[in-house]
Amino acid sequence: MPTLAQFLSQAFNGIALGSLLALIASGLSIILGTLGVLNFAHGAMFMLGAYAAFVVLGHVDSFALALAASAVVLLLVGLGTERGLIRFYYARPKEDQILVTFGLGIMLVEAVRYVFGGLSQPVPLPSWGQGIVNLGVFIYPLYRVEVIGIVSALLLGFYLLLYRTRIGLVVRAGIEDPLMVELLGTHVRRMFMIVFTIGAMAAGIAGVIYAPLAAVIPNMGEPFLVECFVVVVIGGLGSFPGAVVGGIVVGEILSLTTLFNPAYAQAAIYAAMTLVLLIRPRGLFGTMGRA
Amino acid sequence: MTARYRRLVRRWLPEVATIAALVALPFAFDAWLGSVDLFTRILIWGIFGLGFDLLFGRAGLLSFGQAAFYGTGGFVTAYLLTSGTLNNVWLAMAVGIVAATAFSVIVGFLALRRVGIYFAMITLAFGELSYFLENSPLAAWTGGENGLPGVPAPVIRIGGFDYPFAGSWPSYQLVAGFFFIGYVLARYIVLSPVGLVLTGIKQNPERTAALGHDVAGYKLAVFVLAAAFAGCAGALLGIFQSYMPPDAFDLATSGQLVIQTVMGGAGTLIGPAVGAAVWLSLRDVLQQVPAIGSLWEFILGAVFVLLVSFMPSGIVGTIARLGSRLWRSPGVLAAVSMADNVAAAEPLLAPLPLVRTPAASAAGYALEAKDVSKSYGGIHAVDGVSLALPEGSLHAIIGPNGAGKSTFLRLLKREETVDSGRILLHGIDITAADVTAAYQYGLSKSYQINQLFPQLTVRANLRLGALARERGRLRLDVFRSAEGFAQVEALVSALAEELGLAECADLVVNTLPYGEKRRLELGLALASRPSVLLLDEPLAGLSPSEREDIKKLIRSLRKGRTILLVEHDMDAVFELAERITVLHEGSKLAEGTPKEISNDPRVREAYLGGMAA
Repeated sequence: MPTLAQFLSQAFNGIALGSLLALIASGLSIILGTLGVLNFAHGAMFMLGAYAAFVVLGHVDSFALALAASAVVLLLVGLGTERGLIRFYYARPKEDQILVTFGLGIMLVEAVRYVFGGLSQPVPLPSWGQGIVNLGVFIYPLYRVEVIGIVSALLLGFYLLLYRTRIGLVVRAGIEDPLMVELLGTHVRRMFMIVFTIGAMAAGIAGVIYAPLAAVIPNMGEPFLVECFVVVVIGGLGSFPGAVVGGIVVGEILSLTTLFNPAYAQAAIYAAMTLVLLIRPRGLFGTMGRA
Repeated sequence: MTARYRRLVRRWLPEVATIAALVALPFAFDAWLGSVDLFTRILIWGIFGLGFDLLFGRAGLLSFGQAAFYGTGGFVTAYLLTSGTLNNVWLAMAVGIVAATAFSVIVGFLALRRVGIYFAMITLAFGELSYFLENSPLAAWTGGENGLPGVPAPVIRIGGFDYPFAGSWPSYQLVAGFFFIGYVLARYIVLSPVGLVLTGIKQNPERTAALGHDVAGYKLAVFVLAAAFAGCAGALLGIFQSYMPPDAFDLATSGQLVIQTVMGGAGTLIGPAVGAAVWLSLRDVLQQVPAIGSLWEFILGAVFVLLVSFMPSGIVGTIARLGSRLWRSPGVLAAVSMADNVAAAEPLLAPLPLVRTPAASAAGYALEAKDVSKSYGGIHAVDGVSLALPEGSLHAIIGPNGAGKSTFLRLLKREETVDSGRILLHGIDITAADVTAAYQYGLSKSYQINQLFPQLTVRANLRLGALARERGRLRLDVFRSAEGFAQVEALVSALAEELGLAECADLVVNTLPYGEKRRLELGLALASRPSVLLLDEPLAGLSPSEREDIKKLIRSLRKGRTILLVEHDMDAVFELAERITVLHEGSKLAEGTPKEISNDPRVREAYLGGMAA
């Protein structure tokens, strides 16, 4: 049996990983809920953010600059994708939207592979993230504690944006009923553009935060994309609270199963997804009706 | 004689062309690359793709987890052979395919609970699950990251000699043989009633269910079938390479299958193989070009995005469309050959005779609603409504907008569950039945907003409706032709004639004007030869002269059946109906003959209350 210290340490890892998943998945989920588009390139957008951090942090020790660089890159990629590709697909079948974003994801990953090579490359920790911290019963890497703090702040900001601003109100109304929002005179097309870009930026910023924890490699987004799907199925389509709770749940399942038997960590999250599908097919926070 | 000959050619030409390609093309590959192996590889993808094309191209189910079944078929076969559990390669393949289908039953049961985006996400997740299972927990059997080397080739015994399918050409013969069998089988399925139902599911799943087909059952069937093809392809991959690679389970495998199918042309059967040929050849060619070698996957990704954007029917689909524009003859032949049946088909338009049960005889009512209620949140859409329709009556429901008329019809047709109350059809309780069962019992409905199959011909639309009661909810009669049910064809022709659609019977529905579509909507409801017909605003959106046509049609199609009509056109209601029920705010306000209703002060109040003041 693992000791209490090991258990708590892994539980902390679960929160760190889970909050990152929550950030990525909430971006995926609001795009899905508002535009009705499942963005298969979301993992690649996460990867782009991580490479922005790799480039910036490799030269200067400025996390803020890395965040800004990733925000700008994803702003451009997000806007370009929505204006140049996705908007022509709103009237087409859902399957076509999946296919085209899947193709776009391949292009982004391969473009990065061409520029930076296909090998895994380390990203330095920011100077304020180095070292460890004593949390009483166990010792924990400082940066991971900070990750939990940073991502919590970002999720809070995301929450305020969605629930306390005019644009957020329109976005949430759009998730409920896009047609009605349009009929009420809101410029839905412009809202779609903004939502897609915000969603892409959420993935990119998560990439920056994640990069120093591991390393960058062109196909690093793929497992995150799949785990985000699990998060969205568990949490419920288009639901921000669902993405956050689902993210933490998936993060904890991954971390705690690893504690007992790493071989079953991945299998455990799919088991959880199966359970939700059997008991509550709409997801924990999802509403019925939209598929 | 010539018509029969031409039909035979049309039926078997693709098979003959496939044989020709399977004989000629390997020599081209051999001459070009010095080996036939690339073509063998393409055909393995092609077998994998035949199943996926039935799933995605026919039924419209986009799965991103087919690698799960490809890997399962391959690894089970490879394990049985390399561990020495089985010596017979054929038997091991069969077990591998069975294992893949068994796995697909579980995945399908879960994934098919949702549609569209959710289905894609869930299948992808299960694909990843199987990848992780292969890699870690099952590594003792699967070799984990190393895979399973040393998979033997099958052997056949011809006249005392053993012929092993090992080496380039024999492997090709093995794979080509399986491809051809798979192709013939897939063609049978496409042309069978099952294929037609799958097409219906892709174009309009709700209506397919309302026309008496068990949509969930057919979806699971095609999902399992696709897994069988995948399992077979996976087993062949291990045999062909003498090695079963773990990346068979990879997400990239599922992704490549999707890409190749879309590139080649979904819904064409041969498309996935053509897509594989493009993908694998371009990869080999591009990798040779020094300047762009490492960009090959980027280029193929870009080509894929462009294809999805500008050529959604893929290479084969686009060629087929251009070809059919140059060389068209079909349709007319079939119409002529059916014409002689029509005269004898008059009785076909009457309802199917009822199987008389004691309950039915005792009831005397065709359709009975007893105290039926339904509310949404706090709103009582239908509040304790009772209604009894004697057999052969024509009853109408009227009421202001929001009175609960359409909801009441949906409850009767079992499209929604009632909160309380009972619904009896010929004395039999159908309160718990689903919409599919209701159609099978002879209760059908035409919709306020047309619910048609826009990419199918008028004839195929009617056929889809008529086949359900002939074949039941679910039947996997894949070796019968969808057009081979004489009774159904006679009914379809008679219906087309009666509806005034005979001229356009072989036109695709989305090319028809609204009036014709409206008549076809009515025709779909009639195709089951129902004994009880629910009509939800059949006159909606029609011009005055078209309204006259439909009214005439409603009268002529009664033929002893019971009709419940919801309609806003009061002139039509008072002209057609024998009795009228007035609904107001979910409850029954009045019921009586047209005369009684028109003199009822409460009805005037409900309709004119606001305006009279």
